Amino acid sequence: MSEKPKVAFYWCASCGGCEEAVVDLAEQILDVVAAVDIVFWPVALDFKKADVEAMEDGSILASFVNGAIRTTEQEEMAHLLRRKSKVLVAFGSCAHLGGIPALANLWDREAVFDTVYRTSPSTVNPEGVLPQVTYLYDGDRVTLPGFYNTVRALDQVTSVDYYIPGCAPTPNIIAGAVQTLLSGELPLAGTVLAPDMALCEDCPRIDSKPQDLSLIEFKRPHQVLIDEETCLLAQGLLCMGPATRSGCGHLCIKGNMPCTGCFGPTSKVRDQGGKYLSALASMLGIEDEAAIDRALDGIPDPIGTFYRYGLAGSLLHRRKMTSVEA
Amino acid sequence: MPEPTETPPAVGADDWEPKIVAFFCNWCTYLAADLAGTSRMKYASNTRVIRVMCSGRVDPQFVLEALAHGADGVLIGGCHPGDCHYQSGNYKALRRFRLLKRMLIGLGVEEERIRLEWISAAEADKLRDVINEMAAQVKALGPAHLETPPEDWAAGFEVEAEAEVEGVTV
Repeated sequence: MSEKPKVAFYWCASCGGCEEAVVDLAEQILDVVAAVDIVFWPVALDFKKADVEAMEDGSILASFVNGAIRTTEQEEMAHLLRRKSKVLVAFGSCAHLGGIPALANLWDREAVFDTVYRTSPSTVNPEGVLPQVTYLYDGDRVTLPGFYNTVRALDQVTSVDYYIPGCAPTPNIIAGAVQTLLSGELPLAGTVLAPDMALCEDCPRIDSKPQDLSLIEFKRPHQVLIDEETCLLAQGLLCMGPATRSGCGHLCIKGNMPCTGCFGPTSKVRDQGGKYLSALASMLGIEDEAAIDRALDGIPDPIGTFYRYGLAGSLLHRRKMTSVEA
Repeated sequence: MPEPTETPPAVGADDWEPKIVAFFCNWCTYLAADLAGTSRMKYASNTRVIRVMCSGRVDPQFVLEALAHGADGVLIGGCHPGDCHYQSGNYKALRRFRLLKRMLIGLGVEEERIRLEWISAAEADKLRDVINEMAAQVKALGPAHLETPPEDWAAGFEVEAEAEVEGVTV
């Protein structure tokens, strides 16, 4: 038996970008592989659920789970890996706060199914067949996981020890987190393994951010020639920097695009969208009600902008359910 | 003394009363509430008043937090435009409110559940009218039910697995 600590990787409702991020460690991944035993990683290795079930409880040092929880199967796997692992790490925005999949929380299952299986232009489904959790086919029972009304972050399903933020987490953040976990000196449970300060604080453009912004309108990236030196907020762009955790290396800012908030809020912020909304409204320099409304029309999708990666993890979690089944 | 019962008596829909969290600024609306009290005005008892120094102190997170903890409505009261004790705090409140309202409507929260009013220290009657009107509107809407704990979200997945489903069902 190997003495190396065991780790597992798993994916739930995600795009696969987080798996890609692990591979993006490039040659650093060899150090990780040398230091640990990967006992479960469906995307890369041929271990099955039964192999995990056969392990002793708590025998895995750390499980890195990416993706949000949308189906009964994902919930079951989250519980299974929780039981088998000493440390459960929510890896990436979706596991951390719900991520992009959680924007589906503006609808419910019925609406999602209706769009995907009935009304979307590329759908051909004249009989209106919808996924069923169980179906008798040629005398055999076939099953599918159940599809919940609401997308949840990992910690809304089971207890999570640490969070690695990002969509996807950057190589330096992953390497730092893995190093921390292997060092044996574990931080407080519940810690987000990234710097606890706002992106603006160490932004390369911070010097061009005026003390008091006094904007009269908001602009979207395609409506303006973006200056490469000046603070993006000062240019009227919706940069999430003030309400977002730093640590990503300012990749978007360096690419001359505003921050979209994938690292989630800092520990001092209760609700990323609420905080950003607050900051944004303060930056408007107008007092006339009609002019304020005109300026706010420059934010055509407030929820998709403020909660792009964090609707499930926000204070209200989802759009209010209006149907009886809520 | 009667023995405490294990479950509170069932409350019919007609008896339900909304809970409204009210953030009143120290210099105007809170004084109006004070005046309403000393003038012995009567108004709906649904509001839980929280005094803040300025309506500009009301972080949108406070409103979200109130709703997430079971408030059925949130009322923000500040000084009239131009009268802010801190010059422009009420304008800041106005801008935040207009944006927050757009967002909350997108999240399925009825418009009448959040309200911003300018009420000066002398306008006790306006305060009374606003609270009475809002309490009636929110009562008509019914409970907000925004405090659903995450574990309940899994609900809505009917146990179809138990049923024998053959062929297409919609």
